[in-house]
Amino acid sequence: MKLTLKVWRQRDAIDKGRLATYDVEAHEDMSFLEMLDVLNEELITSGEDPVAFDHDCREGICGTCSMVIDGQPHGPQRATTTCQLHMRHYNDGDTIVIEPFRSGAFPVIKDLIVDRGAFDKVIQAGGYISANTGSAPEANANAVQKEHADRAFAAANCIGCGACVAACPNGSASLFLGAKLTHLGELPQGQPERYQRVVEMVQTHEDAGFGGCTNTGACATACPKEIPLDVISQLNRDYLAATVGGKKKG
Amino acid sequence: MSEKSRAGGAAAPRRPRTPSALLKFVMAVSGVFLLLYVVLHMIGNLKIFFGPAAIDEYASWLRTILEPALPYEGMLWIVRVVLLVSVIAHIWSATVLTLRARRARPIKYAGGSYRVKGSYAARTMRWGGVIIALFVIYHLLDLTFGVANPNGVHLEVYDNIAAGFAPERWYVTLFYVLAVVALGFHVQHGIFSGIQTLGWSSNSRERTIKVVSTVFAVVLTLGFISVPLAVTFGVV
Ligand code: HEM
Ligand code: SF4
Ligand code: FES
Repeated sequence: MKLTLKVWRQRDAIDKGRLATYDVEAHEDMSFLEMLDVLNEELITSGEDPVAFDHDCREGICGTCSMVIDGQPHGPQRATTTCQLHMRHYNDGDTIVIEPFRSGAFPVIKDLIVDRGAFDKVIQAGGYISANTGSAPEANANAVQKEHADRAFAAANCIGCGACVAACPNGSASLFLGAKLTHLGELPQGQPERYQRVVEMVQTHEDAGFGGCTNTGACATACPKEIPLDVISQLNRDYLAATVGGKKKG
Repeated sequence: MSEKSRAGGAAAPRRPRTPSALLKFVMAVSGVFLLLYVVLHMIGNLKIFFGPAAIDEYASWLRTILEPALPYEGMLWIVRVVLLVSVIAHIWSATVLTLRARRARPIKYAGGSYRVKGSYAARTMRWGGVIIALFVIYHLLDLTFGVANPNGVHLEVYDNIAAGFAPERWYVTLFYVLAVVALGFHVQHGIFSGIQTLGWSSNSRERTIKVVSTVFAVVLTLGFISVPLAVTFGVV
């Protein structure tokens, strides 16, 4: 299949950048990233700079393959990362626009690669629990109710890809934040730091320059791991309990 | 450059700022007061369907609530102060959040077919809010201060309404209808968003909350627009 690609090219963080047009011959069995590999081989052969894009596992678990395809983070297919998107969803002759995630808190490094270090800061601020080292804990010592376990598991699916931020008209990372807080907050191991955690993570999210949530739901629609929107309700509940409700001690 | 602002890129503020979650809390609480007022106001307006005397008496009664414990117009002024504080808090936090959102999402996507930005109501909260605010100013000049009203006599509520929405002033009626429809959209997303901001939503309740917000908004809108339409079309 013959495709026309309009790809964002930007030399470095300072360069203004522009969309460049390329023709590429792809096969329907290829993944989206393999299609980009083909483009890059051609660019290298003709002595041009290949398109820089992030990728690692190529099996939908690492969250690295950030890009916006035709205006949608990770492309048009629901619950699918870019690396798991296949060219059979496209037709011969299609034009595809490929851009980096657009967020003030995720500056572009080069072409399609953005710096998502702000997420690491948010995790460092509270995405941990305290546990004793040494021998492994007794497996059945902490009983967890089924509903809590299910909700924690669903939230733990978040791969930190940042698609929620890229999709959000406010550039908010609330879905990511809510996923981490729900994941830890639903489990007994997460309780000691629960209110401390939400305050620290929310403040770090704020200071990284992410926007505020207006509950549009764009994030949950774009999320490749189908993190449910109500984790944001959980985030707000815990945050208000910690601050307005005075549950955060010290 | 501090370590923090480097991690956050161009949008990172220089000083720690009040978290958006807190500003959203302010918006939700002030929104609850505004919503309560708007509902009572809508129901009060329906008095006009019981005749000119009914709405005039209702307007006089509003000024004598809890007399003599409160002075004349005491309750009215309490409500006005609460409304004014709520309006200022609501608009102030909305402005701060809008400016933050601009910095956090400075560049639009060039690629076309993006369909998941949220509902029409959710996408028009900001401009819809501006339209409602402008309408409220006009509306106060019209039916509270009377300066934009052909009759404009204090406490002649029925005559003011009848003159204001007279058939030849159909464009005023049209403006009211459009503004109230904007209010309906604002309230529809506002209720859902407020519940989520206060932390009371959940996966299992989300659908119900959205249905209730929609029904609420439709009833509110119909209740409000019935009055100017009834006057313009000569029903009352
Ligand atoms: C379209 C139908 C509406 C009609 C016929 C209507 C009618 C009136 C009337 C007659 C008054 C004066 C009451 C008095 O002097 O005692 C009034 C006041 C007021 N209305 Fe409306 N209204 C409508 C819609 C709205 C909407 C949608 C809002 C809010 C967004 C609103 C906000 C207000 C406010 C803030 C006041 C001033 C209250 C005060 O301090 O006296 N109205 N309205
Ligand atoms: S919530 Fe979803 S979209 Fe956001 S970072 Fe996690 S996996 Fe990615
Ligand atoms: S490359 Fe790991 S999720 Fe796509």
